[in-house]
Amino acid sequence: MPENCIYIARSSAIAARALAGEMMVMNSADSTFFTLNEVATAIFQAADGRTPLREIVRDKICGQFEVDPDEARADAEQFVAELSGHGLLIVSNQPLAAETSR
Amino acid sequence: MTAAPQRVACVEIGGVPIALSTSDEGFLDLLRQRYDGFLSSSRPEFELEFVLTDTDPVSDDDVRVLRSGEEWLIERGDFHARWDPRTGQGRVRQNANPYSLDSVLRILHSLILAERGGFLLHAASAICEGRAYLFSGVSGAGKTTMTRLAPADITLLTDEISYLRPSGDGYSAFGTPFAGELARSGENRSAPVSALFFLEKGAENRVDELTSAEAVRRLMRNILFFAEDHGLVEKLLATACDFVNRVPIRRLTFYPDARVWDLVRDFDRHLDRNFDRNFARNSEEVPEHA
Repeated sequence: MPENCIYIARSSAIAARALAGEMMVMNSADSTFFTLNEVATAIFQAADGRTPLREIVRDKICGQFEVDPDEARADAEQFVAELSGHGLLIVSNQPLAAETSR
Repeated sequence: MTAAPQRVACVEIGGVPIALSTSDEGFLDLLRQRYDGFLSSSRPEFELEFVLTDTDPVSDDDVRVLRSGEEWLIERGDFHARWDPRTGQGRVRQNANPYSLDSVLRILHSLILAERGGFLLHAASAICEGRAYLFSGVSGAGKTTMTRLAPADITLLTDEISYLRPSGDGYSAFGTPFAGELARSGENRSAPVSALFFLEKGAENRVDELTSAEAVRRLMRNILFFAEDHGLVEKLLATACDFVNRVPIRRLTFYPDARVWDLVRDFDRHLDRNFDRNFARNSEEVPEHA
């Protein structure tokens, strides 16, 4: 899937809480638990299903953190693939509802 | 032919009285022996009726806890239970063995506690000088060792499953009859929680700070929770974050001899000193006319 078509939304099957600058995410389907760092948290919070991933990276990552844009995009794609694999994010080439069931 | 009358034992763990009923005299005796010290004359908040079957007495199957309409369906190879939280009543079909009975009770308490902002934790706990200390960790980390090393003035709440409920500005720990390697029921007492230690065995005794995120991660890993339910998972995560905000959580590396308990006592006194110092400073800042 080409990067410029990627939309991401948080799964409706997760519970998430921010604590001391980090995001705790739990998948209620299998009780797996994840802690997201600051950059991952920025992507996760911006996953509204409507904003393309490339805009999220540009505005929330490159705009906030000192990072090379190409590197940021590659890291973001890898992060999104990982969280999608764990059922925490839904990925589509079409806009999605903000929180989406698998 | 008439059905045998139901006999009831009320078992109160964590201040939650549950009536356990059965028509089998032998099973009632088993109930009373197993939960001796936790039998109560309180008015039950919940009721479980046990119907004995000849299913396998033990099972390696994973437990499943899910909603079925308004009821909770709780099942494993050795038991099958339904419980309706609206009426507080449920029915359990199981073999007459104590392990299934313990499992059903633990799961029911985990559901009740999740709604009330508490939880069951895979941890030993004990009361020392009026305050409760929790010792958590994976199997082999030293929970039972800590309880075996405890001085005579320590009250053991459990060596395996700690029962925690919000109380005042913090949390209280309650004794449970759910025993681990020690094979001994805890005392039916409670106390405010002073600290939670995640145990690791090492060459020396030391206490280290944990970040909040690491504390939540370790806490979530050790909470007993079985329900496949999004709403309860959200509540549980919120409770875990609240617990981390209110209770000191540390990593306790310990060499297994009795001196580790000196460190536990010192940790609490150190907290007391900090509290006194802060309290004194704050008091000084209060204007006289306030």
